[in-house]
Amino acid sequence: MFTFTLPELLQQMANGLTVGCLYALVAIGYTMVYGILRLINFAHCDIFMMSMYFCFYSISVFSLPWPVALLLVVVATALLGVLIEKAAYRPLREAPRISLLISAIGVSYLLENLATVLFTGVPRSFPAVGSLQKIVNLGDVRVQQLAIYAPVIMLLLLAALLYLINKTKTGMAMRAASKDFETARLMGINVNKTISVTFLVGSALAAVGAVIWGQKYSQIQPYVGVMPGLKCFIAAVIGGIGNIKGAVVGSLMLGMLEILMVWRFSALSGFKDAFAFIILIIILIFKPTGLFGETFVDKV
Amino acid sequence: MKNEIKGAREKREFVLSVISLLLMAALVAMAQFDLLPIVGKYEKQVLNLCAIYTILGLSMNLVNGFTGLFSLGQAGFMAIGAYTTSLLIMAPETKDRVFYLEPIHPFVGALQAPFWVALLLSGLLAAVVAFFIGFPVLRLRGDYLAIATLGFAEIIRIIFLNTQTVTNGSMGIKAIPPTANLFWCFGAAALMVLFMLRLIHSTYGRAFKAIRDDEIAAEAMGINLFRHKMYAFILSAFMAGVGGGLMASVVSAITPNLFRFTLAYDILLIVVLGGMGSITGTVVAAFVITIAKEWLRWLDAGFTAGPLKVPEIPGLRMVVFSVLLMCIILFYRQGFFGSKEFSWKGLAALPKNLGIKIRRLFSRDKKEAA
Amino acid sequence: MQPVLRTEHVTMRFGGVMAVGDLNIELFPHEIVAIIGPNGAGKTTAFNLITGVYVPTEGKVFFAPGGEGGKLVDITGKKADAITRMGMARTFQNIRLFKSQTVYENILIGQHLHVKAGLFASVSGIARKEEQEMRRRADELLELLGLSRVRDELCTSLPYGLQRRLEIARALATNPTLLLLDEPAAGMNPQETVELTAFIHDVKEQFNLTVLMIEHHMDLVMDISDRIYVLDFGQTIAAGTPAEIQNNDRVIEAYLGGNTDA
Repeated sequence: MFTFTLPELLQQMANGLTVGCLYALVAIGYTMVYGILRLINFAHCDIFMMSMYFCFYSISVFSLPWPVALLLVVVATALLGVLIEKAAYRPLREAPRISLLISAIGVSYLLENLATVLFTGVPRSFPAVGSLQKIVNLGDVRVQQLAIYAPVIMLLLLAALLYLINKTKTGMAMRAASKDFETARLMGINVNKTISVTFLVGSALAAVGAVIWGQKYSQIQPYVGVMPGLKCFIAAVIGGIGNIKGAVVGSLMLGMLEILMVWRFSALSGFKDAFAFIILIIILIFKPTGLFGETFVDKV
Repeated sequence: MKNEIKGAREKREFVLSVISLLLMAALVAMAQFDLLPIVGKYEKQVLNLCAIYTILGLSMNLVNGFTGLFSLGQAGFMAIGAYTTSLLIMAPETKDRVFYLEPIHPFVGALQAPFWVALLLSGLLAAVVAFFIGFPVLRLRGDYLAIATLGFAEIIRIIFLNTQTVTNGSMGIKAIPPTANLFWCFGAAALMVLFMLRLIHSTYGRAFKAIRDDEIAAEAMGINLFRHKMYAFILSAFMAGVGGGLMASVVSAITPNLFRFTLAYDILLIVVLGGMGSITGTVVAAFVITIAKEWLRWLDAGFTAGPLKVPEIPGLRMVVFSVLLMCIILFYRQGFFGSKEFSWKGLAALPKNLGIKIRRLFSRDKKEAA
Repeated sequence: MQPVLRTEHVTMRFGGVMAVGDLNIELFPHEIVAIIGPNGAGKTTAFNLITGVYVPTEGKVFFAPGGEGGKLVDITGKKADAITRMGMARTFQNIRLFKSQTVYENILIGQHLHVKAGLFASVSGIARKEEQEMRRRADELLELLGLSRVRDELCTSLPYGLQRRLEIARALATNPTLLLLDEPAAGMNPQETVELTAFIHDVKEQFNLTVLMIEHHMDLVMDISDRIYVLDFGQTIAAGTPAEIQNNDRVIEAYLGGNTDA
C-alpha cells in the first residue's frame, strides 16, 4: 500500500493542488459573506451552479467566443449574487439571524428548483477548452495544463482581492463593516453598498471557479453545486471563517487531502464525500475558529 | 364565583375537545375502511404523508422552534428509521430477493419484528445516534450547528450508500410491506402531538424555551444547557426516526439518495409556514403543504389558463414552493400561528378579530386617501 | 466569622488587556456589599468571573454552598449553571428576561434547577405533585414581591422598573443564599431608586441573603451597603465602610477624574 514512485506522488499532488485552487475560488465567497453578514450563504453553491449553466449556454448554445463568454459569465454571476443579496438578505437586516439563515436556504432551494425547470434535470456536458486539457510532461510527471493554469489564475485573483481589501477605500469600508455596521455607518460608510460589493466580488470569483471546475468535472446538472459548495464552506471553516487567506490555505489542504486519500486508500473512495465532513466536525470540536480565525467573547 | 365560571368554561372546552377528537378519529376510521366516497387509494396515500410530515415537522420544531437550535440533520435520522423499519418488517425471503447484487448480511437477513416494535426501534436507534452526534455538535452555536448537523446527515447517507450488505447500497430497498395505514400514521401523529403538548407545558418545555430566548440567562438560572439541548435533540431524532419508518412503509421503496439533506428543507418549509414554536401551526402546515404539493401536480403536467397554454414543465411545482418559502420568510415571518397554539377561546374570537383586522385595513386605506 | 464568598488574586486578561487584576474580596453572611467604580473599571467582568461566565486567567474563587456556616469550596472553572445550583443567583446589567414568556413562567423557569422528576415523569404527569408545588411557590413569590397583579402578562410588556424587579424575583426563585445584582437601579428615576433600596433591603431580610451588587447610584450604595469595594482600571483601589470610602482620596480622584472626562 505504501509503495509508490515520486512522480506518482507529484502527479497526485498536482491534482490535489488543482482541486484545492478550485475550492479556494469558491471558499473565498463563503468567507467574505460570513465575515460581513455572519451568514452561511447557502445559496453560494447555487450561484456557482448557475454560473456553470451561464457558461454552457454562452458557448454551447449561443456559440460565443470564449473571451466574450467568460466576461459575460462573470458579469452575470456577479449580478446574480448582488440581486440575491438585495432581494433576500437586505430586507432581513434587522431580523433575527435565524431568519437570515432560513432565507439563504430558501434561495438555495429556489435556485435549484428553478434550474431544474429552466435547464431540465438532464445532465449537460460542459464546454471544454482544448488547450487546458492537454497533457504536458514535466520531467517524469504528466499533468494537464489545467494543473498549471489553475494555481496561476487563483494566485492572481487572490492578489487582486487582497489589494482591493487592504489598499483601497472600498476594501477599508468592507473591513470596517465586518467589525460593526453601526460604527461603520457613523464613519460615513454606505453599509448596503459595501455588502453589495462583497457579494459582487465573491460571486465573480465563484464564476471563475465554476468555469475552471467545468474543465475538470464536465457534467452539469441543477445540483452540481451542492457538494463542491459544502466542501468549499468546510474549507473556509478549516481556515477560520471570515479570513480570506485562511480560506485559501484550508481549500488547498482539503483538496490535497481528499485526492491523496482516494489515491492511497482506494477502498475508501466511496466515503470521499464523507471525509470532508469528518474533517469539518473534528475542526469544529477542537478549534471552532479554524486555523486563522479570531476568537471572540460573548458580551454579557 | 369567578373561579366557578372559569371551571365551567374549562369543562365545556374539554368536552368540545373530546368530541372533536372522537369525530376526527371516526373520520380516519371511515376513510381507512373506504366508507368515505371522496377518499380513495390515492387520497389515503396523501393523508398518510400528511400525518408523517406532521411528525417530521414536530420533530424539527422541537429543536429549531422551541429550543432555538438550528439543526438540519432530520434527513439522517429519517434514513436510520426508514432502513431499520424496512429491514425489520420484511420477510427474509423478500430481503434475499431484493439483495440480489450482493447477499444480505445473514444476521440482518434473519431479523424480524412486528411493525410497532420496528417503529419503536427505529426511533430508539435514531435517538442513540443523535446522542453520540450530540456530544460534539451541541457545543456549537448558531449556523455552525446547522452545518455540522447537515454534515452528519450526509455522512449517514454516504455510509448507507457504501454498506452494501446491510442497506443494499445505492440500489436501495424495494418491496417494503405497506403495513402503515391511516391508523398507524394518524395514531403515531396523534401520540406525537399529545407528547409535544405535554412536553412544552412541562417544566422541561419551559427550560427549552428559556434556552431559546436567552442562553446566558438560562445558564444563570441553573439550567444545564448541554443536557437540555441533548434532551431536545434526542427526542427530535426519535420522532424523525419513527417518521422515517412510517415513510418507508408508505412509499414501499427507499434509497439512500431519498434522504439527501435537502429533505430537511421541505420540513423547514412546514415549520416556518406554521410558525416556529407552534405545535398547532406545524400540524396545520403539514397538511396544507402536503396536500398542496399533491394538488399542484397540474402545474408540472401543463395546463391552460384562458388563452394561455402552458406546456408540461416538470419541477414548476417545486419552484412555487420555494417562492412560497421565500415569501413567508420575507413578508410573513410569523407564519400561520407565530408561537401561539389553538384554543377554543381563540377560535370563538376569530370572527371578531378578523373583523377588526379587515376594518383596520379599510380605515388605513381611507386615511391614506385623505 | 467565616466568609460565604472569597476571591483570591482573581485576574482576567482579554488578549493583552487586563480587565480585572488581583481581585480579593470577601463577603460575610447577611452583608450587603457594593462594588463601585467608573465605567470600564471591570465590575461586570468581576461578576462574570464569580458566577462562572468567564474562567479567570489567574486566581481562585471560593464559595460556601450552604450559606452561613457552610464550608468554602473552590468553584473556579465551574460552569455557571453548576454555580447557580450551589446557591448563587444573579441579575444582569441589561435585563435578560425570557422574552417570549409571561411573568409567571419566568419565575417557574427559575425553579427548574430544583426539579427532581425526570423528563418522562414530568411529561407523563407522574410528577404532577412537584409541578403543583412549583406553581404554588411561584405564586407565593409573586405575591411576596408584589408582582401578582402582572402574573400573566408577557414579561417584556412590563414597565422597566417591574422588569428589574421580576429579574430579582426570578433569581430568588432559584433559592439562593448569595444574590448578585448588576446595576439594579440602572435607568431608574430617584423615586424608583428609593423604592428599590427598600425592596433590596426587605428581600435580603426575608430571604436571609447575602448581597453583592454593582451600582452607580451613590445614594443607594451609601444608604444600603455594609461595605464597599472600589475598582478602577481593573484594580481594587479601596475597600471599607461607606464612611471610609467617602473620605478616601484615591476614590475621589478616580471619580473626579472619571467625571471630568465625561
